[in-house]
Amino acid sequence: MSMKTSTRQVDGVTIVDCSGRITLGEGSVILRDAVRDLLTKGQKKILLNLGEVTYIDSSGIGELVSAFTTVRNQSGDLKLLNLTKKVHDLLQITKLYTVFDVKEDEAVAIKSFK
Amino acid sequence: MTDQRVSYTLDSTLETVDSAENTATRIAVEAGFGEDEVMQISMAVREAAVNAVLHGNAYDPGKKVKLEFETTSRDLVITIRDQGKGMDPAKIPDPLAPENLMKTSGRGIFLIRSFMDEVQIHPSQTGTEIKLVKHVPGPSGGAKEASQ
Repeated sequence: MSMKTSTRQVDGVTIVDCSGRITLGEGSVILRDAVRDLLTKGQKKILLNLGEVTYIDSSGIGELVSAFTTVRNQSGDLKLLNLTKKVHDLLQITKLYTVFDVKEDEAVAIKSFK
Repeated sequence: MTDQRVSYTLDSTLETVDSAENTATRIAVEAGFGEDEVMQISMAVREAAVNAVLHGNAYDPGKKVKLEFETTSRDLVITIRDQGKGMDPAKIPDPLAPENLMKTSGRGIFLIRSFMDEVQIHPSQTGTEIKLVKHVPGPSGGAKEASQ
């Protein structure tokens, strides 16, 4: 299953619902383009919903780091929502879990954006 | 279990990466590994294949990736060989070091080591060979408790 994204707005926060695989090639490019597109439109409060992401490799992890850094560098904020166990474990062993702001509840996540 | 060995010679393309991962998944399931271990094996093979295609062979259509699976009663042994210039594992930065934590690449070998029971990297001037070992679960295997 290839990577797909769709976006929706809730209280000034752009939620990016991601599904499929974030891997080297198409999956990583789709995520990168989606984040860049939002920043171009001035939408800098971004919540990546990874609840339907079935697989992520080291390139996908790198893409999450890149998205996080890119958004922060533009004075925005990017948070992660609904990690699957696989993605959660990957972020734990790569010590990135504490770098990202990870949320489990969408409403709580939206309120956490300033 | 009867010892089995299969090998594939693959092009230096992204399709090879997906193919290697899918083949690893199938063979790991057939060898009796559980869901978590199958994911670990398939991801380790995917990362090794990425290294072979991108960093080893650099997508050179004249260079091939050789992939070999050997299943015994004790181990699943996977060997991935490229035809690149040879990777020096000593020069791979620690991705967990604070100065590397936010880098966008450099986690492949770390993940491979995290997921497999044994990892051997043999670089040479004619390419790099990486050997991945996962102990087969069950009474005759040498499986260890999952660390995840």
